[in-house]
Amino acid sequence: MVNIQNLHKKFNKNIVLNGVDLTINEGGIFAVLGPNGSGKTTLIKSILGMVIPNKGVINVFGDNIKNSSNYRHKIDYLPQIANFPSNLKVRELIKMIKDLRGNTTEDKRLIALFKLEPFLDKKLGNLSGGTKQKVNIVLTFMFDSPLIILDEPTSGLDPISLIRLKDLIQSEKTNGKTIIITSHIMSFVEEVSDEIVFLLEGQIYFKGTISALKTKTNQPDFEHAIASILTENHA
Amino acid sequence: MLKILKYSFYDLMRSRWSYVYFAFYMLLGVVLLFLNNDLSKAVITLMNVIIVLVPLIGTIFGVMYYYNSKEFTELLLAQPLKRSSIFLGQYLGVALSLSMSLILGLGIPFVFYGLFKSNAIWDFSLLLITGTFLTFIFTALAFNIALSNENKIKGFGYAILLWLFLAIIYDGLFLMSLVLFEDYPLDKLSLFGTMLNPIDLSRTLILLKLDISALLGYTGAVFKKFFGTNFGLILSLLMLTIWVILPILRITFKSKRKDF
Repeated sequence: MVNIQNLHKKFNKNIVLNGVDLTINEGGIFAVLGPNGSGKTTLIKSILGMVIPNKGVINVFGDNIKNSSNYRHKIDYLPQIANFPSNLKVRELIKMIKDLRGNTTEDKRLIALFKLEPFLDKKLGNLSGGTKQKVNIVLTFMFDSPLIILDEPTSGLDPISLIRLKDLIQSEKTNGKTIIITSHIMSFVEEVSDEIVFLLEGQIYFKGTISALKTKTNQPDFEHAIASILTENHA
Repeated sequence: MLKILKYSFYDLMRSRWSYVYFAFYMLLGVVLLFLNNDLSKAVITLMNVIIVLVPLIGTIFGVMYYYNSKEFTELLLAQPLKRSSIFLGQYLGVALSLSMSLILGLGIPFVFYGLFKSNAIWDFSLLLITGTFLTFIFTALAFNIALSNENKIKGFGYAILLWLFLAIIYDGLFLMSLVLFEDYPLDKLSLFGTMLNPIDLSRTLILLKLDISALLGYTGAVFKKFFGTNFGLILSLLMLTIWVILPILRITFKSKRKDF
């Protein structure tokens, strides 16, 4: 579904991705993990075509994404920081995105699910961070795309919304979709993901299931396994 | 692109600044007409204001809009849209709404004063046309600067410098070179120098249309011979068009290679 070969990216002199090879197969939930500045967001933005790699090939759904924009019809993306044009109302933003991507009726269900009705006629600039994130989630999940990319989806959410988000992710998984997640909340990752990809200094340090990681690092739980990778490599 | 244009345009149309800009021109038009009590004279005074102010507003608005809509742009970039259509749509949205504020703001008081019955209508239209050109040129230049500079403060700085250079410093250098080389025939050179700066070009174009070129002396005669003709007018408009197209091309080129 997503195939990345020898991906290099540097910003000025700062090398962020240094030869990443990654294949993500259809179906399942993949978590991209790594310390701050390890290139998670850059990797995701490269897949979306927002960051243009210095070297390497990215194929999404079998086609090279270079200079192409149509493949994004098949991707739903939840950006890390939900900042929207503050002049727009929530209703208008949803309408606008539908206008740009095609019609859907799923938004009504999602608005009801996240209890966003009272906010529909409020301007986005006046919403709290958590409410903005809920709007962000609605915008992402209202389309029926085979690939879903979530960058820090849990930020700012209250516990109930977090549970709803997890349910939403699971139901999309059972629909046979591929979901790529980055997160710093290890318990969340452990709960939802089938396979993890661990990035370290611009390269893939580990790819496999969580239990394989535990065996590799000889640690009883996931959080310590991740911590042991980091201390080994930064000590 | 049209969809982005539509949303950028609506977004700006409901922002306070468009109304401030519109109200400013309206007030300017009314005050000038009231003080001058004469359409042609008001057009001349207006020209002096427009030539300096329109580029400044275009530059600042362009840079401001780009930096302010950064998040919106990122949201759009993740959608199945071409990069060039996102940026051109935003650019046209800004340029069109500014031009509309200019045309309506100045047009309404002049129309009520009896523009259509006077013979100043052509001068006034030329004023609005060059004003619109200047808006498009300087908004495009501002987008170029903003695209090349991640740092807001730097972007603003460069944009103001660019305006300062084209509106004031260029004239100074131009004048100095004329004084320095006064022993040589300079009419061709000054013609050429005027063509290269959109602000100078607009100013000359309007001045010569207003029949006050007799005040300009010998060079004025050369200019009149050139700009006064249809050929000169067409060439000037062509030059202004090139000034719009080149920055737009750079916007598309630059936006294709940028990381977000």
